Amino acid sequence: MSMATATIQTVERENYLNKEYGVGSWLFTTDHKRIALLYLISITFFFFIGGFFALLIRLELLTPAGDLVQADTYNKLFTMHGMVMVFFFLIPSIPAVLGNFLVPMMIGAKDLAFPRINLLSWYLYIIGGVMMMHCVLTGGVDTGWTFYTPFSTAFTNTKIVEAGLSIFVAGFSSILTGLNFVVTIHRMRAPGMTWSRLPLFIWAHYATSIIQILGTPVIAITIVLVAVERTLHLGIFDPKLGGDPLLFQHLFWFYSHPAVYIMILPSMGVVTEIIACFARKRIFGYSFVAFSSIAIAVFGFLVWAHHMFVAGISLYSALIFSLLSYAVAVPSAVKVFNWTATLYKGSIHYDAPMLYAFGFIGLFTMGGLTGLFLAALGIDVHVTDTYFVIAHFHYIMVGGALMGYLGGLHFWWPKISGRLYPESWARLAALIVFLGFNLTFFPQFVLGYLGMPRRYFHYPQEFQVLNVLSTAGATVLGVGYLLPMIYFLWSMRYGKPAPDNPWNAAGLEWMTSSPPTTFNFETEPVVTWEAYNYDELDKPRREEVKVVG
Amino acid sequence: MFDNFPLWPARASTASGNVDALFIFLLIVSGLMTLLIFTALVYFAARYRYRRGVSAEQIEGSIPLELTWTTIPFLVFLVIFAWGAVVYFKSRTPPRDSTEVYVVAKQWMWKLEHAEGQREINELHVPVGQDVKLIMTSQDVIHSFYVPAFRMKQDVLPGRYTMAWFHATKAGTYHLFCAEYCGTQHSGMIGAIVVMEPAQYEAWMSGGSTGPLSATGEKIFAELGCATCHRTDTQGRGPNLQGVFGKPVLLEDGRTVTADENYIRESILDPGAKIVSGFKPVMPTFQGLVSEEQLNALVAYVKSLSQPVATPTSTAAATQQDNPKAAGSQVQ
Repeated sequence: MSMATATIQTVERENYLNKEYGVGSWLFTTDHKRIALLYLISITFFFFIGGFFALLIRLELLTPAGDLVQADTYNKLFTMHGMVMVFFFLIPSIPAVLGNFLVPMMIGAKDLAFPRINLLSWYLYIIGGVMMMHCVLTGGVDTGWTFYTPFSTAFTNTKIVEAGLSIFVAGFSSILTGLNFVVTIHRMRAPGMTWSRLPLFIWAHYATSIIQILGTPVIAITIVLVAVERTLHLGIFDPKLGGDPLLFQHLFWFYSHPAVYIMILPSMGVVTEIIACFARKRIFGYSFVAFSSIAIAVFGFLVWAHHMFVAGISLYSALIFSLLSYAVAVPSAVKVFNWTATLYKGSIHYDAPMLYAFGFIGLFTMGGLTGLFLAALGIDVHVTDTYFVIAHFHYIMVGGALMGYLGGLHFWWPKISGRLYPESWARLAALIVFLGFNLTFFPQFVLGYLGMPRRYFHYPQEFQVLNVLSTAGATVLGVGYLLPMIYFLWSMRYGKPAPDNPWNAAGLEWMTSSPPTTFNFETEPVVTWEAYNYDELDKPRREEVKVVG
Repeated sequence: MFDNFPLWPARASTASGNVDALFIFLLIVSGLMTLLIFTALVYFAARYRYRRGVSAEQIEGSIPLELTWTTIPFLVFLVIFAWGAVVYFKSRTPPRDSTEVYVVAKQWMWKLEHAEGQREINELHVPVGQDVKLIMTSQDVIHSFYVPAFRMKQDVLPGRYTMAWFHATKAGTYHLFCAEYCGTQHSGMIGAIVVMEPAQYEAWMSGGSTGPLSATGEKIFAELGCATCHRTDTQGRGPNLQGVFGKPVLLEDGRTVTADENYIRESILDPGAKIVSGFKPVMPTFQGLVSEEQLNALVAYVKSLSQPVATPTSTAAATQQDNPKAAGSQVQ
C-alpha cells in the first residue's frame, strides 16, 4: 500500500494525455497507453462499420424474399461483416486496447518491451484497415470470411487478393502485439511480481499471445497460397489444377479456430479481474484459472477439423477431432465454475462492469454449452452450416468476447480517461445489450435446428417469425452499443474527475494516478503481496478513501 | 408442410429419430448445467450482496472441488461424444444394398440421376422404406446436400465423390438446401425431396427413363474404345473389369486399395495415379473428355460388372443394382 502515498492529487497534474499536444505527439508516440487509445479509436470505427453491415443483413432477412438489396450485395455484406468484425475488431479488441494499456501497468513496467514495434503494429493494422476499406468501397468480396476454395480461387470475380492482403498485413500487427506481450511479461515484471502473483488478466494475455504468434503465420501462408493460385493458376487447392480443396480448409481452420480463443481468452481475463474486484475476493482456485488459459491455448490448436465433419474427412479423423473438442471444453467449464465459486461468501457490488461480467458468464455458458452440441458428431451433421452455428459463435464472440470488452472498458475507463462515466446509464446499457443480444441470437438456435442454412439471401416462408424476432433484437442491441459510445465521449468532457482507485481495486494499475503519467509509476513498484489482496484493501478502507478524495 | 411458426423440423428418416434423441438428451444435460450455474450465480449474488460492515471471506480454493468439476463434466462429455459418434457412424455408413442415385451439383442447381435412368433437376423422388445412397460430385465449387427433415448433410466436392445415404420413413415433400456457400444464387440452390408410398413411386418410376444408367455407361464404354484394352479375358492391355468393383486391388507399388467409386473415377481421369500390379501405365487420361454425368454412367457400368449374379446383358445387370427386396416388385 506504500505506492498510494507516492501520488499527490492536484487539479491539472501531468499525465500521459496532457503531456504533449498535437497530431504528431499521437502519431509518433511510443507510449503504450497512447497507442492503446489509437487502437481504441480505430477498432471502434471498424466495429461500427461491421455493425452497419450486420444491420443491413438483418433488415434484408426481415422478409423471406430477397428484396432490400441484390443477391451479390447481400453476399458481400455478410462477407465484409465477418472480415471486418473478426480481423479488424474482435482479434485486436481487448489485447490491442486494454492489453496494450494494462499489461505494462499490471506488472509494474514503464512500457512494453518494444515500444516502437508496438507503434509499428498499430501502423500495420491501419494499413491493413485502409486496404480493407478500399476493398469494401471498390466492390468488396463475396466469398464469406472463410474464403473457401475453389470458389475463392477460380470462380468469384471479386477482390480476393486485395482483401486477403489486407488481412495478411493486419495479421503481422497481431503477431507483433503477441510477441511484445510475451517478451514484456517474461522480462519486465517489477521486483516481487512472480508468476504466481500475476493478475489472471496477464495469464490470459500470455496464452493469447502464444496463439497469435503460432497461429497467425499459418493464415498468412494460406492467404499467400490463395493469391498464388488465383493469379498464377498454380494448382494448390483447385482440383481442376490438381489441388485439394480440403487442404485449404485444414489450413484455414488451423488458424481460425484458435483465433476464437484469441478473442475469448482476453475477455475471460477481464471478467476475472472484474469479478474479483466487485466480489471483494481473491479468485477461487487462482492456479486452476491460470493454467486453464494455457490449456485452452494448447488444446485450441488441436480441434480445427471439427469445422469439417461433413466436408469429406474420414470417419476416424472426425472421431479424434470430436473427442479433442470435448477436451478443450473442460478448461472453459473450469473457469465458469471458479468464477461462480468466487462469488461465494463475497461482498458483491453491482456496478456496471459487474453487470457486464454477469452477462458474460451467462452468455458464454450458453455459447459453450451449445458448442457441446456442435462437437457431437451426430448432431453436427444436422446443424453445421445452419443458423445454429451462427447463434453459437455469436454467443461466444459477441456475447462473450464483446461483453468482456465492454465490461473492461467500463472498469478501466476512469484509469484510461481520468473521468467517471455515468453509472446509471452504464447499467441501463448493460441491461439493453444483454436483452437485445438474447433476442437477436436465441431465435437463431431454433432456426438452425429447423434447418435454415447460413448465408441465405432469401428463405422459405416458415422461417420468417424467428427472423423477425432476430431483427427486432438486433435493433435493441444496436441501441445498447451506441449508448456507451455516447456517454464515454460525454464523460471525457463532462464526467467527474476520477480518483486514482475509484473501485478500491487490487492491482498495480490502480496504485498510480488516473490517468497515469507517461512512465506509469513515479518509482518502480516492489510487490510484496499476492494478487487480489482484497482482504488487505478492505481493512483500512475508510482512511484511504479520505486520502484519495 | 410446415405451419407458420414451427419449433421442430419434420422427422422423415430413420436418422431423424437418432439425431433428435441425442439432441433432446443434450438439451436436458445442458439445461441442467445452465440451471446449476445460473442458480448458483443468482443465489450467491443475492445472498452475498454487499452489506455495510460485512466483509468478504477470503477462500484460496479447493483441490477436491476443482477435481470434481473437472472430472464430472469430462465424464459427461465422454458420454455425449460416444453417443454422437455412434449416430454419426450410422449416418455415414450406407447399407450394402442401397438404391443408388448419382448427384451432380453445379452453380446453382442439383442434377440427380437414378441408377434406373430417370433424371431429375432440383427434385428427387424416393420411396418410403428404402435405403438410398447418394453418390455426389460437383462440377465447379463446393456445395452441400442438406435435407433437414432427414437430418442429413454432406458437402459435395469437385474432383471426387462424397457419399451420403438415407432411409425415408414418411411420405411428403421436404426441403433440399445447398448448405455450403457457393456464390450469387446460393440461397436459390434449393429443391424438394418427394418421398412417395412404394406403389406411387413405382408408377412414377415407370415413366421417363432412357434406360438404366449402367446401360448408358456401357454405350460410352464402347464409344470411347475402353473395351479394346479392358477386355473380358486376361489378354487385355488393361485389367479385366469384371468383378473388380468393391474388391481389393493390388497395385504396382505394392499398396492395396479398394476399388470404390472414387478409385474408378480417379482411374479414368488420372490413370497414372494408381497402376494395377502387372500392368503398364499406358492408359491416356480422359480428363476433359467425359462430363460428370458420363463419368457417373461409366462408374455405374463398372459397378454393374460386379453384381452378385453376373449376367451378360447390361439391362439385367442394372436391375441387380436395386435393393433386392424392391427389385422383385419393380414394374419396368
